[in-house]
Amino acid sequence: MGAKTMISHSFRIAWKDLMELFRNRMGLVLLILMPIFMMTMVGFIYPSETSISNVSIALVNEDEGFGNYSASSTFIMALETVNDNTGMMKLTDASNLDEVRDLIQTGDAEGGIIISSDFTSNLMSGKQGTITIVTDESNPQMSAMIQAVLGEVFEQMGTMLAQQNVQGLGVDANTSLAVVKPYNVQATGAVEGEFSYFDFIAPGIMAMTVMMSVMTGLPAAISQEREVGTLDGMMVAPINRLAVILGKTLAQMARGILQGVLILVLAVTLFGVTVHGNILLVFALLLLGVFSFVGLGVVLTSFAKDQETAVMMMTTIMFPMMFLSGVFFPIEQMPWFMQSISKVLPLTYVADALRKVMVLGADIPALTTELSVLIVFGVVMTAIAVPVFKRAMTR
Amino acid sequence: MIEVRDLTKKFNGFTAVDHVTFDVKNSEVFGLLGPNGAGKTTIIRMLSTLTRPTKGTARIGGYDIVKQDNKVRQLIGLVSEKMIMYDRLTAEENLRFFGKLYNIPKTLLNQRTDELLGLVQLSKWKNSKVGTFSTGMRQRMNVIRALLNMPKVLFLDEPTLGLDPQSTVEVREFIKKINKENKTTIILTTHMMNEADRLCDRIGIIDHGKIDTLDTSTNLKKLVSGDDATVLKLEIPNLTKKMVTAIQALDCIKSVSQENASHLKIHATGDEAFDTIIDAVRAEKAKINSVENLQPTLEDVFLHITGREVRDKADNKIPMREHGPFRSKRRVR
Repeated sequence: MGAKTMISHSFRIAWKDLMELFRNRMGLVLLILMPIFMMTMVGFIYPSETSISNVSIALVNEDEGFGNYSASSTFIMALETVNDNTGMMKLTDASNLDEVRDLIQTGDAEGGIIISSDFTSNLMSGKQGTITIVTDESNPQMSAMIQAVLGEVFEQMGTMLAQQNVQGLGVDANTSLAVVKPYNVQATGAVEGEFSYFDFIAPGIMAMTVMMSVMTGLPAAISQEREVGTLDGMMVAPINRLAVILGKTLAQMARGILQGVLILVLAVTLFGVTVHGNILLVFALLLLGVFSFVGLGVVLTSFAKDQETAVMMMTTIMFPMMFLSGVFFPIEQMPWFMQSISKVLPLTYVADALRKVMVLGADIPALTTELSVLIVFGVVMTAIAVPVFKRAMTR
Repeated sequence: MIEVRDLTKKFNGFTAVDHVTFDVKNSEVFGLLGPNGAGKTTIIRMLSTLTRPTKGTARIGGYDIVKQDNKVRQLIGLVSEKMIMYDRLTAEENLRFFGKLYNIPKTLLNQRTDELLGLVQLSKWKNSKVGTFSTGMRQRMNVIRALLNMPKVLFLDEPTLGLDPQSTVEVREFIKKINKENKTTIILTTHMMNEADRLCDRIGIIDHGKIDTLDTSTNLKKLVSGDDATVLKLEIPNLTKKMVTAIQALDCIKSVSQENASHLKIHATGDEAFDTIIDAVRAEKAKINSVENLQPTLEDVFLHITGREVRDKADNKIPMREHGPFRSKRRVR
């Protein structure tokens, strides 16, 4: 049995599966609705940076000044100017750190800024003035956001201030920038333009949906045919057993990619996500991801006696995978044992690689680790899956 | 054409097929007759390469069913108990899909599809989805699907199960026709006596995974009765116990069974049996409403061989197995 015949058989099977899929109106509607729900849900639950407005921030000015000069008032004026333009914050005055904490606890403030008592004196004596950002730990998304936004605002204000100071020394503006900031922070931050939590989430969701689609679809499709009896029709034909899995996988892959594209389109049009890297690389990564998963799906299919068991098995595996692979929450904030679990999940690497490509515009050389892990994972799983499947088919 | 040697299949300790040995000749119709759960389907599944035997071998057209499974698959067609059809595809699409799996060239496949659909009067439904078909239509589709590759051997697992009498007759006629015109060797399983009787050249009676007896229908019947047997069915409205005893006392009687208040079924031997019995009941002042001279049926054969009636057995078996130690692991097929 030549490889060519096997491939052509698997295409026949994939084609047949897709025909069945497209004739199932309800299934098709759900297929399209699922990513839409997923996307809008996640998109609106997790606020994007641009949507930050009127966040109430408690401001504590402990600065004692230096003589009658107060650098902090200049700072606050600058902050208010920024705020007037963006409408980002609602500043309320507070007297000290404890009051800020109280305000955060009662929910009257979502964060705080504290200007230290020696702010002016430090600046005057050529040291750095300290500004503390207080965040609400119970709301990690918001606190991360505030930290990031304020950090950037302060950075810019600091640069402006420094430029003024240096200009006062009689150097022109461009050179002065080079003097006070020899490194451009934004460039090292790697992301240009607006970055939102959604940019972080979107690639992960895309990876997850495609994987989920294939992982639940494959066992369901095979065990369903086994239950109905049509699988016998294929098995009794002189075709390679692998053509059956291959065909089924192709069909599920097409289904998954369709959902992936839908997610991407929604992310771009509805939530302003920009794809920085090569879009073809994105799809290549998705395909590689599917390859790394399929083996696992096939093994489970072989063990599951009926469709119900197969789907249950898949859900049991998919759920921890969803949460541990860094799709929704950064892996770094998990305890060490969970981190080590997430390191063996292929979805982690797919999501990671996709994020690098979509957000950071990474190219293949930057993805060596992820790519090699996925390829190894896929090869090993396939090597296990093929004999297991063959055995299971002729029980 | 088919040589089966010591074929055995165990499912987690439960022996479904127990050292079965038989041969099927070329272009013969061979029937496996037995109650549900006797192992018929498992034999078919092993012979059609869908299940691997635990022990023993079988050859089809000279090819080993395990070692040369793909060669075997070229030769065979399977009509499974379950419908092998995709409901969302049309009749034609279904046949084309399965035909492609046999690498039949496109033009030939189209031609054959049309021919087969015509053969079972489904041509005008060829663009309708199989899901909309009636059970009879679906079963006809199920049969022609197995004929796409012009199989030398056709397996039919309970081909008329769940069909109305008209469709049953149609399917049976079609099976006979395939056997006659294409010289196809056919193995069919059934739990229906009359089906086996009508269709099969030879019948293997299978029970508890073993083939008890294997012969032509006529020979099987002789087995119960002998050549000069008489089977009578008498209807006597004023039947009494005394009459039954009187009949039983006769020399020619093998057995008497009372079917209900007025019906007696009598097995007897000898040329004079008929007259002797009638005289005996007459002497007891019996009023005879009707006399039926019956040929022994396969039902009698089965009863004779297994000691139980098919229907009884099938009913008893299910609860019996439910209580078995392997209940949770038991596979239905």
